[in-house]
Amino acid sequence: MRHYITVGILVIVAAFGTYFGLDALELMPEAASAQAGPIDWLWNYQVIAISFLFALIVVPLVYSLIVFRRKKGDTSDAEHIEGNTNLEIGWTIAPLFIVMVFAYMGSYSLSEVRRADPQAMIVKVHARQFSWTFEYPEQGGFMSNELHLPVDRQVLLQMDSTDVIHSFWIPEFRVKQDVVPGRVTELRITPTLINLPSQPYKVRCAELCGSAHYSMESKVFVSDESTFQQWAAEQLAAYAAAQTPEAKGELLAKNNGCFGCHSPVGAALVGPTWKGLFGSQVQLSNGTTVTADEAFILDSILNPQATIVAGFEGASAMPAYAFTEEELSYIVAYIMSLK
Amino acid sequence: MNKFIRGLIWILAIVLVTAATAFALAGIGLIFGNTFELHPINWFVGALVGVVVPLYVRYRQIPLIRGLFWQLIATVIGVLFVSFIRLAMGLKAAGGSYLFTEHAWVFGGFVGTLAFLAAHGVMGDWFKWWRGIDTPDHHEDPAGWTKFLGPSLDHKVIGIQYTVVAILLLVIGGTFALIFRTELSFEGKQFLEAAQYNTLMSLHGMIMIVSILLGISGLMNYLVPLLIGAHDMAFPRLNAFSFWIAVPAAVWLLMSMPLGGVETGWTGYPPLSANPAKIGQQMFFLGVIVAGWSSILGALNLLVTVFRMRAKGMTAFRLPIFVWASIATSLIALTATQLIGLSFQMVMFQRLFGMGFFDPDKGGNPVLFQHLFWFYSHPAVYVFILPGLGVVSELLPPLIRKPLFGYKWIAMSSLGIALVGFLVWAHHMFTSGMNEYLRVPFMYSTLLVAVPTGVKFFSWVATIWKGKIPTPMPSAFLFTVGAIIVFLMGGLTGPPNATVSTDLHLHDTYWIVGHFHDTLFGGFVFPFFAALYYWFPKATGRRMNETLGKWHFWLMTPSFFVLSLGMMRIGLLGMRRRIFDYDKALGFQTWHIVLTVAAFLIALSVLIFIINLIKSVKNGEPAEGNIWNSRSPEWQVASPMPAHNYDTPFEVVGEPYDYGLPGSKYVEFMKK
Repeated sequence: MRHYITVGILVIVAAFGTYFGLDALELMPEAASAQAGPIDWLWNYQVIAISFLFALIVVPLVYSLIVFRRKKGDTSDAEHIEGNTNLEIGWTIAPLFIVMVFAYMGSYSLSEVRRADPQAMIVKVHARQFSWTFEYPEQGGFMSNELHLPVDRQVLLQMDSTDVIHSFWIPEFRVKQDVVPGRVTELRITPTLINLPSQPYKVRCAELCGSAHYSMESKVFVSDESTFQQWAAEQLAAYAAAQTPEAKGELLAKNNGCFGCHSPVGAALVGPTWKGLFGSQVQLSNGTTVTADEAFILDSILNPQATIVAGFEGASAMPAYAFTEEELSYIVAYIMSLK
Repeated sequence: MNKFIRGLIWILAIVLVTAATAFALAGIGLIFGNTFELHPINWFVGALVGVVVPLYVRYRQIPLIRGLFWQLIATVIGVLFVSFIRLAMGLKAAGGSYLFTEHAWVFGGFVGTLAFLAAHGVMGDWFKWWRGIDTPDHHEDPAGWTKFLGPSLDHKVIGIQYTVVAILLLVIGGTFALIFRTELSFEGKQFLEAAQYNTLMSLHGMIMIVSILLGISGLMNYLVPLLIGAHDMAFPRLNAFSFWIAVPAAVWLLMSMPLGGVETGWTGYPPLSANPAKIGQQMFFLGVIVAGWSSILGALNLLVTVFRMRAKGMTAFRLPIFVWASIATSLIALTATQLIGLSFQMVMFQRLFGMGFFDPDKGGNPVLFQHLFWFYSHPAVYVFILPGLGVVSELLPPLIRKPLFGYKWIAMSSLGIALVGFLVWAHHMFTSGMNEYLRVPFMYSTLLVAVPTGVKFFSWVATIWKGKIPTPMPSAFLFTVGAIIVFLMGGLTGPPNATVSTDLHLHDTYWIVGHFHDTLFGGFVFPFFAALYYWFPKATGRRMNETLGKWHFWLMTPSFFVLSLGMMRIGLLGMRRRIFDYDKALGFQTWHIVLTVAAFLIALSVLIFIINLIKSVKNGEPAEGNIWNSRSPEWQVASPMPAHNYDTPFEVVGEPYDYGLPGSKYVEFMKK
């Protein structure tokens, strides 16, 4: 009997100790969305269950290892206990009950996370190897490579991919959704905290999507409504202000994620750099050398697989983009301007 | 002096053959209308030929060498065959960094696999039967260690072959992990390219999985016939075949590296895996499909053996508990492995023949792949862990001299886990974009796994409670207890992934990586080591060194806790899995340094284990008779076991684990 009481007390002490210890570690990042609420609520109960069950198994186990050690010179066997049907039924039923409680809490938490606001602001998310672009149809239809959101307003993300599967995840917002080519997947987020412009959150692609998967991140800024509207107006103004073909091309390249693979300043990323490309001699993977003239650059955008620059054979395939002829001429003009 | 000159000649031969092959391959390019180019792959294939051909010349009487030689030759012939057909059809036949087309390499791979098996001799008896020639039931194995390189039909030899190859792959997969772990220690790019990182990470996953499959096959092959009193497996030739087919599979997995690598993770999701730039992906698929055959055939053999060849009196509930676990594992492996083969084969055909199974542009659906893939790959984790949990249940009673608490419940919980395991696959897909409401039933079924798993834990604790804990604790016991605690950590970190909403945060992070390393270390690695320490004397007649065993345990266990808990910690905070570099703003560098140090300590402990293993085979302290004072039949006879196991059959006359019941017996050997 003494053993059972000691172990019982130790289990309770260890369970509380484990829980408070884990709680003090602050396991989760900052909770910055309405969806994080029900998720962290359920997570907390999971940690409680983990702490209790951990103590319930490990304490009697370690206790036995210390207390029931074989005495020196003792060669006898232990007591012949084959089992106890009531105990076995008990520790089948009790976990079953706990599991059912968690099933209920899990369903409740999920329904809270999915709660939809019919007035939600729509943002379209375009994913590709290895960049994100955000389109704001309700603010005039401009594109951005940063995600700006107003606080306390639900946003409905309509996401598509041009190549492989990506996954949209902002740790501070908790929720995650894969972006699947050939269809549109949706995710609803209600940001609840304004972050400092110097410390943006980041969208981090969570599904392995190729060589530069690790770098497929975009900054996320949450601001009050008026700051957000002001930013949107600036974006539209930037479109209007971009008068020269080169400026328009730079904006297009930035907002379509071209810089995710092609550096404008000379570094070789997944794809070759654009700096000094125009007019240079380019060695191709099939052994020939061509001059990078206007036609070559245009063809490389339209048929990215037709000619591959030597050294980039193993790189993930560049997707084909749906640019208009006008937009193409701007981008080519921009690339030509990068001396 | 003579020796020195001979060595010099051999080295010269290797260098010459390597260079000749590399240039010959470039010359073949000329036939196919390419320019003369020396790619790295020329030198790689050249080196393979350069090593294998002289080896063949010197050691062709060894079946393994013969098999590898003809695998190489037949692969080259297959590759050239397809290339010439393509040339005749006016298609692109050769050129580029991989010399030949994907079609040629895949066909060559299949031909090479068959050639390995034919040349190695493991199908020799079948060929003879085909031609109407009778062969004896048993073949004498050659004396000494060379029998391990040939097609032995003895289940004990095959069990050891499996185990040794499993340890070899464990070392290869572990080395890959150390390489990319070092890369991750510091922010920014260190010494790997992103594509190399992805390849090492993907192959670490798949090579470890194959290692585990071979490891459990090793344990089951060696132990099950001994435990049930059979003279061998039901189909000894099929048994040898199942093992030897895993060798070309491992070759193809490794060949994926020089052919462009595998950038998809072990899961190989399309459309990424359907990207035609990398031929290595196809070698990866080929390796997995071939290894799958091994698993399916091995499971079939084991089930028939248990159903048909048990000793007299060995009824269902008098089976050793490890045999119950083997049954549960084999049921899954026999019926689910086809699905991973199928899903990979569909991607293979999508790439080779343009069949758009998973290509949305052709009406295919990428999410369909994930359903097919996980229908095997979730139950597969139970294939990995059930034998290990069986080892824990099997070792506790003799080591602490107390019956297994709730034997029937533990036996049934294995079947329960296997059954429920078939109904939970889509919990890997909560964020995939599958039907949203389907996530709910999969959440319920996944949570249900906790019930039979809980029964095991509670029963183990009740077994240990008031047992006679051995002093000093033997290494086998330490690893058994370690397995329970580590697997508990894996089990407890499971439910947060089962409830959908929390999984939306946890999915694809380092939390998951930490969680499954816990389940696989607790469910396989620790029990595997426990089993090796426990049954090594049975297999060799010698003990392993206990001091080195304790070093192994006390170095590995704390390091592993640091590794897995650290992974989970940064995973929750935003560390994604499968990334080559991480955002500076997250401030994870210190953690990654700690994780790398922990990984190297684990590697050091395994190195100690391997040194112990090699030393003990030769010079271990002799261990005769029933060293564990066990009731189990294999310990009632001499170690190592005679060729056909028991000289006289035994009859089961009692319960397997009645320790502490005076005068009781499990088995009684019949009089001659």
